[in-house]
Amino acid sequence: MKIIKITGLIALLAVFIAFPLVFSDPAVTIIAVFTVLFAVAATGWNIFSGYTGYIALGHAAYFGLGAYAMALMAQDWNIPAGYAPFFLLPLAGLVAAIFAVPFGWIALRTRRHTFVVITIAIFFIMQLMAYNLRGITNGSAGLTLPIPFDWSADFFNLPFYYVALALLLLALGVSWWVRNSKYGLGLLAIRDDEDRALGLGVKTGPSKLVAFVISAFFVGMVGALHAYFIGSLYPPFAFDALFDVAVALMAFLGGLGTLAGPILGALILVPTQQYFTLQFSENGYYLVIYGILFLVIILLLPEGILPTIRKRWIKWMAYRSQSGKIPVVAGTSGQEDALVAESSGKRDGVNL
Amino acid sequence: MAKLIIDAVITGILTGGVYALMSSGLTLIFGVMNIINIAQGALVILGAYLSFVLQQNFHIDLFLGLLITMPVMFMLGILIEWAFIRPLKLERTMLSILVTFAVALIIEGVLGIQFGTSFVQLHAWYADASFQIGGFYLAYIYVFGFMLSVILLGGLYVLLYRTKFGYSLRASMQNRTAAELIGIDVERVSAVTFGIGVALTAAGGMAFGATTAFNPGSHYDLISRLLVIIILGGLGSLRGALIASLVMLVIEDVTSVVWSPVWASTVFFMLLVVILLVRPQGLFGQLEARKQ
Repeated sequence: MKIIKITGLIALLAVFIAFPLVFSDPAVTIIAVFTVLFAVAATGWNIFSGYTGYIALGHAAYFGLGAYAMALMAQDWNIPAGYAPFFLLPLAGLVAAIFAVPFGWIALRTRRHTFVVITIAIFFIMQLMAYNLRGITNGSAGLTLPIPFDWSADFFNLPFYYVALALLLLALGVSWWVRNSKYGLGLLAIRDDEDRALGLGVKTGPSKLVAFVISAFFVGMVGALHAYFIGSLYPPFAFDALFDVAVALMAFLGGLGTLAGPILGALILVPTQQYFTLQFSENGYYLVIYGILFLVIILLLPEGILPTIRKRWIKWMAYRSQSGKIPVVAGTSGQEDALVAESSGKRDGVNL
Repeated sequence: MAKLIIDAVITGILTGGVYALMSSGLTLIFGVMNIINIAQGALVILGAYLSFVLQQNFHIDLFLGLLITMPVMFMLGILIEWAFIRPLKLERTMLSILVTFAVALIIEGVLGIQFGTSFVQLHAWYADASFQIGGFYLAYIYVFGFMLSVILLGGLYVLLYRTKFGYSLRASMQNRTAAELIGIDVERVSAVTFGIGVALTAAGGMAFGATTAFNPGSHYDLISRLLVIIILGGLGSLRGALIASLVMLVIEDVTSVVWSPVWASTVFFMLLVVILLVRPQGLFGQLEARKQ
């Protein structure tokens, strides 16, 4: 079983690596770059929000901070276009992470709805700062980044794609480690019942803050790479309210708190979104379709794709092994139902 | 300078009344249903556009038009609650934020298709004229808008505290399960509450549109302010929402006079962060309500 799993993962990785070489049309690879970038952001976001159950809707703040950090470093240090700016990514992520320490500390003093609103408020503060601190950010006139002109149109997307893929592997690795460590178990305990977790000796405050900072680090690097890819930076695009919910929606679609869910969500949503943007370039239609898509996903698959499939699979297996007997008696199936009943009964107690 | 500051305080109180109208619907919906309606800002803008259409195409006065727009928005609210909020069973609190955000996007998109992205403002004789009182010039619309808010909020008070429906609503707010046990149809109360909250945005939107230029994208700014107000007031507290609206708008207007208009909105959000450092439950919220 384990060998099948590992072979499958390697095959999947090979598909990801080979994709832009097989489909080398720049119109396709540009969508691939965005898809992988969002997959990194969603995975990073999931490390905090998916595991702790605290839904942050202000991660565009760290996306923007990473983007501005990248642009300013490239500008002040006269970094030439080419491969050099890629090495600034960890620094840009670090800047976002440093900002995330006080912001996370403030926001995590609250729970549930209040936490959501504070993260949104911090996002708006950062957006207003980008407009107002003209001396640093150049206000609404924006900043430009070095553009690698000597890369041909066919080649241009490839370095960005592979750097984004490397970030995705890193994010996935961290997410896997968190999911399988004692630290991650503490985070999951916070998601289920924070007060009880505290009582059982989980250091809830520092645990949440560390997860918050890790997720900001990844989202910051995504912002930096995105900025370098686009080549210019303006406050409303660096700090974009749609980014906040897009990332959350990807994680929800794939399965909140699962390892592969956010990536699956990004793989489905980003190409769809890009397709609609191209088809209906008029802003209005695009928003309507995106909103409807959003509603359909949440109303039909409130738990996300992966958990739904897993649940169906467990039920089916239990049913098959017990065929002839009454399926309800099956241990796993009954347990799963009890879990569902518990979480639906406790829905008002979910920590936000 | 002193005169400018007093002027800013007066304007702040008058516009604060309009914000109180919009945020009271939001906090009421939260109190009964335990959800945050992110579409509230988009619905305010929709209300403003409805008034705009009635005035442009049918030459109906802005205030008279409310007799049409408010029932329409009430029905729309009931429809939204029935179609999108009620089906949510698991993780209602969180999913409702995403669902109502999607509703906001759809409203923004439809308005964008219909009206484009250029800014419009509602015009009427009282929106463009002002009068002088004690050396201060006041635009009629600010005073009329404030009076409208006082009347509607007064009506809301009577509805909540003097009618049978009001008792059911407050009972559902205090304890949903207990309210169900004594025979209150909480689902119906929820639907009507959502409708009332949305109907209030029609009035708020008209007053907002007459004082500020708006476009379909204005709702982001609006909803973020409304969220700050209801959090500061304490989620689910009507009195808190009213006081927070007045306080925040006065502070914002004074900041824009004393310091600079570009920093006024920043101060608005900063204040939230600072106050929540001291009181995580908001000014009038109860700590118990936070834990559950």
